[in-house]
Amino acid sequence: MTRRVVITGVGAVTPLGIGSDPLIDRWMAGEVGIADGYGRCLDFEPTDFMSKKEVRRADRFTQMAIVAGDEAIRQAFGDEGELPYDRYKVGCVIATGIGGLVSLEREQEKLITKGPKAVSPLAVPLMMGNAAAAAVSMRHGLQGHTYAVSSACAAGNNGIGDAVRIIQAGDADAMVTGGAEACITGVATSAFAAMEATSASGISRPFDARRDGFVMGEGAGVLVLEEKEAAEKRGATILGEVTGYGVTADAHHLTAPQPEGEAAAKAIQFALEDAGISAVDVDYVNAHGTSTPLNDAAETKAIKAALGERASDIPVSSTKSAIGHLLGAAGAVEAIATIEALRRREAPPTVGYEQPEEGLDLDYVEGSAKPIVDGDGPVVAISNSFGFGGHNAVLVLSSVN
Amino acid sequence: MATQVSTESVEKTIYDGLVELGTERDDLSREATLESLDVDSLDLVELAQIVEDEYGVELKGDDVKDVKTVGEVIDLVVAKAG
Repeated sequence: MTRRVVITGVGAVTPLGIGSDPLIDRWMAGEVGIADGYGRCLDFEPTDFMSKKEVRRADRFTQMAIVAGDEAIRQAFGDEGELPYDRYKVGCVIATGIGGLVSLEREQEKLITKGPKAVSPLAVPLMMGNAAAAAVSMRHGLQGHTYAVSSACAAGNNGIGDAVRIIQAGDADAMVTGGAEACITGVATSAFAAMEATSASGISRPFDARRDGFVMGEGAGVLVLEEKEAAEKRGATILGEVTGYGVTADAHHLTAPQPEGEAAAKAIQFALEDAGISAVDVDYVNAHGTSTPLNDAAETKAIKAALGERASDIPVSSTKSAIGHLLGAAGAVEAIATIEALRRREAPPTVGYEQPEEGLDLDYVEGSAKPIVDGDGPVVAISNSFGFGGHNAVLVLSSVN
Repeated sequence: MATQVSTESVEKTIYDGLVELGTERDDLSREATLESLDVDSLDLVELAQIVEDEYGVELKGDDVKDVKTVGEVIDLVVAKAG
């Protein structure tokens, strides 16, 4: 029998504030955390949460993962954070698209201006992509499967999906998982601008005819997953269940999605099969919805191909309308927003969506949040994440009664 | 360069450096052990960079591997710079 995997804790650092509550409360209310063309976490002051030494030993993306991880672990395991399982049966998989770019660029500057002897011995441990997973593991004594996942903007979903599989395989009883990203730096902003991936207007408006690229954001999302029976046995509060995971690759282009979204549709289909459900069971879609012309057109086609007629009957909205694109953290933050939306049985809006484009004709939840309708039982969502390199990762999430 | 290195000056550099690395100033004394201050090998490399910037003295891993207290670090730098 397949081991089932439930969510018992969530934590977030996003442009809407510190914590998972401001993320869902403010997005649901149609608020936007983007300013001057970036989704920065302006409220985030790492010394509020850790010692000066811990701050020095962590890049910004790791600092954000630590704070999101603390919140998720407190919710799951209480204020003391004492693990209810063997430490070797609790792992930590934290995704990132890029890693410690802030640290890399700072040390590169020292190398050029002051020479090799000025480069910090911390440069590599700060910039390495697995730094966030390692830091969260060390902070909480998590000694099971611990590593980073890197698949660009699909990474958050791949991290959660891998963690689910690790629990299902019996290699862990619980996993701390998610994604973190903080690369609003000179090199990254310049590169995305050069490839015209980012918005010239500085406005994130997924699926709208006027969309002109994504808005870079930063932040972290961390979830605590547990094997269902063990979680129930210890009396944990269960927030939701990860019931399906589907992954494909476009094998098409370094940055552009397959225009017809075939492989993305396949990932949705695989996720539904993994969950043992069909399209009619899906009540809400948390779209990847980047606000780039190519993604939102291809994703709409993929959703229609995978869900058929059901696609037109259910709300489809993008968290990126409120916080921008958190790259390797996006999937994790969006999974948290999705599970909270399911718990409230309410689909948050695609903020700023006003002008339809021909062919993009789903219900993108214009204006304000709307009910997720499906009787009284659990409601089900898919959460899509797609990344440069052609990575497609889809989660199926369900509320619990 | 290293002609007028006083113990007082090195002490100030080391203390300031350790504070910069995250140690509480109130915990610092010549007798304080590096272990009690949670100063590890990575901190010592960073401290060595600060010392080299200030006095042109190069401290390698081998130089500091047996050092136990803050006072011993200070004495080592003064001796090397002298």
